[in-house]
Amino acid sequence: MTLPMDTDVPSSPTDRGAVAVAMRDITVRFPGVLALDGVDLTLHAGEVHALMGENGAGKSTLIKALTGEQRIDAGTITVDGRVRELRGTSDAQEAGIATVYQEVNLCANLSVGENLMLGGEPRRRGAIDWRELHRRAGEHLRGLGVEIDTRSRLSGHSIAVQQLVAISRAIMQEASVLVLDEPTSSLDRSEVERLFAVVRELRDRGVAVLFVTHFLDQVYEISDRITVLRNGALVGDYPVDELPRPELVARMIGRDLDELEALSDSSARVIDRSGAPVIRARGLARRGALEAVDVDVFDGEIVGLAGLLGSGRTELARLLAGADHPDRGHLEKRGTPVRLGTPRHAIAQRIVFSSEDRRAEGVVPDLSVAENIVLGVQARRGWMRPIAAAERDELVARSIAELGIRPADPNALVRNLSGGNQQKVLLARWLATAPELLILDEPTRGIDVGAKADIQRKVAELARAGLAVVFISSELDEVLRLAQRIAVMRDHRKIGELDAREVGLDAVVEMIAQEDPAPSPEPATSAPRSRT
Amino acid sequence: MTDTPVALGARPSLRERADRFRARRASWIPVSAAVGILVVMFAVGQAYFGNFLTPRVLSSLLLDNAYLIVLAVGMTFVILTGGIDLSVGSVMAFTGILCARMLSEGAPTGVVIPLVIVLGALMGLATGVLVQVFEVQPFIASLAAMFAARGLAFVVSLSSIKLEDPFVLALQSTRLAGGGWYLTPTGIIAIATVVIAALVLHFTRFGRTVYAVGGSEQSARLMGLATARTKVLAYVISGTCAGIAGVLFTAYSGAGYPLNGIGTELDTIAAVVIGGTLLTGGTGYVLGSMIGVFVYGTIKVLISFLGAEQSWTRITIGALLLVFVVVQRVIVARSSRS
Repeated sequence: MTLPMDTDVPSSPTDRGAVAVAMRDITVRFPGVLALDGVDLTLHAGEVHALMGENGAGKSTLIKALTGEQRIDAGTITVDGRVRELRGTSDAQEAGIATVYQEVNLCANLSVGENLMLGGEPRRRGAIDWRELHRRAGEHLRGLGVEIDTRSRLSGHSIAVQQLVAISRAIMQEASVLVLDEPTSSLDRSEVERLFAVVRELRDRGVAVLFVTHFLDQVYEISDRITVLRNGALVGDYPVDELPRPELVARMIGRDLDELEALSDSSARVIDRSGAPVIRARGLARRGALEAVDVDVFDGEIVGLAGLLGSGRTELARLLAGADHPDRGHLEKRGTPVRLGTPRHAIAQRIVFSSEDRRAEGVVPDLSVAENIVLGVQARRGWMRPIAAAERDELVARSIAELGIRPADPNALVRNLSGGNQQKVLLARWLATAPELLILDEPTRGIDVGAKADIQRKVAELARAGLAVVFISSELDEVLRLAQRIAVMRDHRKIGELDAREVGLDAVVEMIAQEDPAPSPEPATSAPRSRT
Repeated sequence: MTDTPVALGARPSLRERADRFRARRASWIPVSAAVGILVVMFAVGQAYFGNFLTPRVLSSLLLDNAYLIVLAVGMTFVILTGGIDLSVGSVMAFTGILCARMLSEGAPTGVVIPLVIVLGALMGLATGVLVQVFEVQPFIASLAAMFAARGLAFVVSLSSIKLEDPFVLALQSTRLAGGGWYLTPTGIIAIATVVIAALVLHFTRFGRTVYAVGGSEQSARLMGLATARTKVLAYVISGTCAGIAGVLFTAYSGAGYPLNGIGTELDTIAAVVIGGTLLTGGTGYVLGSMIGVFVYGTIKVLISFLGAEQSWTRITIGALLLVFVVVQRVIVARSSRS
């Protein structure tokens, strides 16, 4: 396939490439929901086009319509001037649309070269010609500026390299359209750079790139145009320099920016630390996970745990929540010593924990929203005392309304909810148990701006009403905005505490990055809970 | 992590070469372990008994386990896709007894043998369709096939049927001998099966798709590979191998018997796992499975040399299996961490 030719689709200004993809009036209905309502999307050759919107805005559905995974109920998809009916991923591939997903969709058990060539292996006399295969794969990778041994197993490479291989594979099939569905979510800064270099190279070759991400920085770094969706409908299609960042956010969430700004300056609140703390940890430690930590959380206080992934922040949260056993140290709740052997004990003490891995350790995907919310209350009561249906319905309805869970359907399966809404369900579950200490590990990771703001607002509100909160987030500005006190973690130790009213982002970053007098030989990766 | 590019062209240092070897050939480690164990067992047997490593013993190793090698080859395909086939022992019994019965009633050999092999393939097809189309767990689907085949074996005959067909008997009794070594047609069939399977797995798109499906079915599908067909075909191959094994086992034991092969499916799985194939799929080699069968066979021989109860074979296999599964677990854990 060659680059797109002139088409009969409405043409673009002369300074842009030809129209590569024109999606018109795309409508997709799910049972009870209009997922996409007459959405248009136009991709031009040689440009990077960002698709933005909250979770649930219809981004994934639109992408799936383009990659052939989702049948459309109405509308047309024109690729390179030809109207296409995409009935499956292979149809899309044939049309020249290649997709790279958030999770690397390659076979880690095979070699790099094979992952590139699988399905299109060069053959000689009926048998796969391995030498030729690796030669072509290597040539192709080098063409994109990637130098790796094509005979090595993919599983031995970092996610970033795997992602590059995935992109290379996508491009190998002479694709004229490349869809990048949150490819950067698990990459670090330098890895993102490497990926963007490849994306720019492709753009310059005339490939139309559709880029989906939650990271606004990256949108502004690499995109030429932005299409914004909200609630399944098109908000607009803008050149990137005509849509400043606050405008973009406002259009994505359809709310006034002031409202966002007004998100209570929670961190400025003065906390009364005169009484007994809700929880007091002294010398809490666990071998291989955490060195002795002291921490207090008082009524109405939000304590932020700042630190890099693997710094021990999750480990501390788990010890406070009874999810892991401490080897040493002790805990006091309101002045009374407690032993939290299991999360069950913790729940009995009204200490609840929302894990960073919400799919595996949080929600039960195959249960409904209502069932997921009621789980916590039921666990507290014990299974012998069922909750009356009326009470249950009332609780669920209240939770859905308060947290703004979408869809507002108690019977929807949680697996079908977006990440942000799953997180809200999880929060609702624990709030229903009337906790005294709420421990949130990365509650806003991987969720969209709107849901993020909802959750932050809710947490701030709860704390104002007297709830003690431990809040973990990789996004330091979020921690700074919410928490009144910040415990900084590094190398499985607490290295200090900061008063959020007095310090800024820089101070926290500096503390995290401080040179350690006794550098630990194996940072981050040895933390047992960090699986990334 | 092997993120650092390997300098191609320049003469690599020893360390670089070791790294590259590890990055490329890590999946052969379990197979090498199986070879190592086999060598150690040979050495111990030889040191202890003195007359262990003789052409006769080694030749009989292949003869006695020919049917198991064929079963293990089929099983390897299924396990590589991430599935399991519990039906092979029963299918072997069914095709074996059917073969003996039809031959005893005078049906021509040239018809009977292809027919029973095709029947085996059809049983595999049924399992494969259950797994792929009806999304039944491979364990359950093949369990159903296992019961069905065992029942069919009893329908064919409730008792043993002696084999008198000269061709089938010749599969076992013909010996290509030389210097104490010998090779039977059954052994040749077993080795041919391994060779063909290895070529298919390594040099055809179907074979590579088997590995891809085992690595990540979702990815394989998104890559546009024929995953559905591949998975079904893996079970068909396993069924076909069970059909062939039925003929081989009938030739080997000189009779068809409906209670043959009870527990053989588990021996087969054990051999495949000991041979370095990961039960999670995607990693393993038929060559390894053959080595696994030899390990299994050698344990049997060692125990009979010792004059101990054959039940010790099972205990030893059990222990060995345990060790291998733990080793595999460690390998998987290590690779998923990087």
